[in-house]
Amino acid sequence: MITIEKLQKSFGKLEVLKGISLEFQRPGITAILGPNGSGKTTLIKSILGMALPDKGRICFQGEDIKGGWAYRRQIDYLPQIARFPENLAVKELLRMIQDLRGGQPDAERLIRLFALEGYLDKRLGTLSGGTRQKVNLVLSLMYDSPLLILDEPTSGLDPLAMLHLKELLRQEKERGKYILITTHIMSFVEEVADEVVFLLEGHIHFQGSLRELKEKYAASSLERAIASILQEGKLAFSSNGHGEKAAKLVLGG
Amino acid sequence: MRKTILFATLLLTSLAAQAATVTVCPGCECSSIGQAIASANAGDEILIQSGLYQEGNIIVDKALHLRGEGWPVVDGENNNEIFTVVANGVTIEGLLIRNVGTSYLKDRAGIRLKRVRDFSIRNNRLENTFFGIYLEHCSDGVVADNRVEGKAEEEMSSGNAIHLWYCKRIVAEKNQVRGHRDGIYLEFVDDSRIRYNLSEHNLRYGLHFMFSNDDDYFQNTFRRNGAGVAVMFSRNINMWENRFEYNWGRAAYGLLLKEIYDAEIRDNVFLENTIGIYVEGSTRIQYQRNEFNRNGWAIKMSGGCLDNTVTANNFLDNTFDLSLNSAPNNNSFDGNYWSDYNGYDLGRDGVGDVPYQPVKLFNYVVNRTPEAMVLLRSLFVDLLNFSEKVSPVLTPANVADNAPLMQKLNFQS
Amino acid sequence: MFKILKYSFFDLTRSRWLYIYGAFYFLLTVSLLWLGGGLSKAIISLMNIILVLAPLIATMFGVMYYYNSREFTELLLAQPIRRSHIFFGQYLGVACSLAISLLLGVGLPFVLYGIFNSAEIWNFSMLLLVGLFLSFIFSAIAFFIALRNENRIKGFGLAILVWLFFAVIYDGLFLLALSLFSDYPLESFAIGASLFNPIDLSRILILLKLDISALMGYTGAVIQNFMGTLLGMACSLGVLVLWVVLPAWGIKWVAVRKDF
Repeated sequence: MITIEKLQKSFGKLEVLKGISLEFQRPGITAILGPNGSGKTTLIKSILGMALPDKGRICFQGEDIKGGWAYRRQIDYLPQIARFPENLAVKELLRMIQDLRGGQPDAERLIRLFALEGYLDKRLGTLSGGTRQKVNLVLSLMYDSPLLILDEPTSGLDPLAMLHLKELLRQEKERGKYILITTHIMSFVEEVADEVVFLLEGHIHFQGSLRELKEKYAASSLERAIASILQEGKLAFSSNGHGEKAAKLVLGG
Repeated sequence: MRKTILFATLLLTSLAAQAATVTVCPGCECSSIGQAIASANAGDEILIQSGLYQEGNIIVDKALHLRGEGWPVVDGENNNEIFTVVANGVTIEGLLIRNVGTSYLKDRAGIRLKRVRDFSIRNNRLENTFFGIYLEHCSDGVVADNRVEGKAEEEMSSGNAIHLWYCKRIVAEKNQVRGHRDGIYLEFVDDSRIRYNLSEHNLRYGLHFMFSNDDDYFQNTFRRNGAGVAVMFSRNINMWENRFEYNWGRAAYGLLLKEIYDAEIRDNVFLENTIGIYVEGSTRIQYQRNEFNRNGWAIKMSGGCLDNTVTANNFLDNTFDLSLNSAPNNNSFDGNYWSDYNGYDLGRDGVGDVPYQPVKLFNYVVNRTPEAMVLLRSLFVDLLNFSEKVSPVLTPANVADNAPLMQKLNFQS
Repeated sequence: MFKILKYSFFDLTRSRWLYIYGAFYFLLTVSLLWLGGGLSKAIISLMNIILVLAPLIATMFGVMYYYNSREFTELLLAQPIRRSHIFFGQYLGVACSLAISLLLGVGLPFVLYGIFNSAEIWNFSMLLLVGLFLSFIFSAIAFFIALRNENRIKGFGLAILVWLFFAVIYDGLFLLALSLFSDYPLESFAIGASLFNPIDLSRILILLKLDISALMGYTGAVIQNFMGTLLGMACSLGVLVLWVVLPAWGIKWVAVRKDF
């Protein structure tokens, strides 16, 4: 589905991705983990063509995405911070996306699932963060695309919505979809993810299944495994004279 | 003395008694105008009936009344002058005179009058006649109701529609002249009246005075000429109630005054001319009750203009109301209406409390650098003018209307 | 692209600033026509205002709309839509809504006043045409600047500076150059320099219709021959089109190279 070769990206002097190679060739849920500023969002935006790689390339279904736009028809994207035109009503937003993108989305089911019926005529600017996130979820899940990219899908969700989300993800997975998720909630990862990619300082530090990760670091839980990775990274950086920076690495969430 | 009077009376009565009419027509016994003149006696009428007369160099040497009926055509076939009048008391009317032909050596004309008086040239049409009606050393005659049309393309090879040279007491009225070098030209002409004429589409001037004194022109319209009227080196010319319109072009003006003394310019309308009045070295001129509407410059004075009075005029939407390039100035500009004036009148006496300065800073810039005109009405220039108005540096403070009117003047003439 | 244009346009029709802008023109034109006395005088006064205001408002609207619609933009960027179409659509949405405000605000009073039965119709048409061009040109420039500067304050400042440059500073330098080199033939320079400033060019196009007598009589044959003819008119309008196309092309150039 996606092949990433030696992807490099910097913003000004700040190198964010320093040569990443990755492949997503089996359906299932992959969690992309890493501390703040490790390049998760940049990686996702690169796949979406919103950030443009300095070097390396990204192939989607065998074709280089450079300059392309039609391939985005195969992707559903949930942005990290739900920002919408404030003047629009929820209904109008849904209708607009449908108009722009075409096709036959199934929004009804999701609206019912997240209990948004009462908000359809409200303007987006008036909604609470959690409700916005629900709208965000409806927007990104209403299309039946083979690739789903969810940037922090859990933020602001109440436990019930969280439950619905997990259920949705499970269903989508069973239908053979590719799903990429970034999150800081480790329990969520443990519950849903098949694979884990760990990014640190613009490099891939680990890629494999959850089980492999735990085995490699002889950890009882994901959290402990992550802690070990960070410890390892800290040592590596301090020996390189980057100790100070590494010391600042913290897991957010 | 008594004898002379008796003789004259006798002569007149005998003339009246004998006055005959000679009829000319293509099929008549007398089929050419020249032939008719030869056979006629002084005082006779020659009735020219409609038809084509290909004749030139017709000398009118008797006091005859040439009258056309049904617009007979007298065609000079492009190489002859047509009528040359050398006798007093001649009347020519009702003829269509055409095709004199251009000459660089001789000033040929449709009708030439030489050293005669008491004539009347009226109600004729002249087409393509190089010079139309040419008067030299004439006096006490009338040129009226003629339509003179040429096809002048360049000044060097074109003549004037009505040309007066060394004449006195001539009346030129209700003529329509177009397509010549000058519409009406006067050189050394005194005590004459030019009125009710329409002069348009002439290459140089609609009306042109040179070295002429004590003349009037009024109620004429000068439209779309190279320049409307030029008055040069003349004294005591009265200019009343004329319209100067659409005289556009590089060096175009409604009225050009050059070396003029003691003239009165009143009740005229200057509409959309590049320069309404261009004045060079003129003294003691009264400008009154004129309307200057949408001209590039309403009045432009240069080089020694003294003792001029500009009062009770309307200056409406001119790009520049006034341009002066002589530093000493004793001309008066008081009591006009300026549409650009935005002062106030607290006393409610109809007169603005703040003087109006008709000369703008940008005007100076343009005088120095004509190309700067492309910046006309730009924000920068407006700011420049405004700052100059607030604290004058270059514009002369003494050029001002100290009693600017708040309301436009209504002329009921 | 037209769908984006449509949504940008409808988004803007909810902005009250657009109505204020249109209403300002409407009231101004009405008062100039009915209180100021006469068509041609109203056209001249409006010219002075439109030449300053249309670029200024277009600049501010362009920059503001770009920064305020970032959410919308980000939403669109993840959709299967060409990037250039997103930004052209938004730009045209801004430009068209400004154009319509101008057209209605200035046009309606003139139509009510009876412009169609007047000889001034061509002068008026030229004024409107030029106003529309200025709206399109300066909103394009504003969009281009905003695209290049993620920092709002910097982008806004820069855009206003560009407006100030074209509206005032350029002419100051122009005049300075003219008076410094007044010993040389400057007509070709004057034509050239006016082509490089869309506001100057627009002004001259209207002036050639209005103050034609003064302009032509004085600047000399070259300007008269160039600007006064149909060819010159066509050239000038062509240059105005270029002034729209160039920043629009710049928008595309930046848009396809930019990270979001």
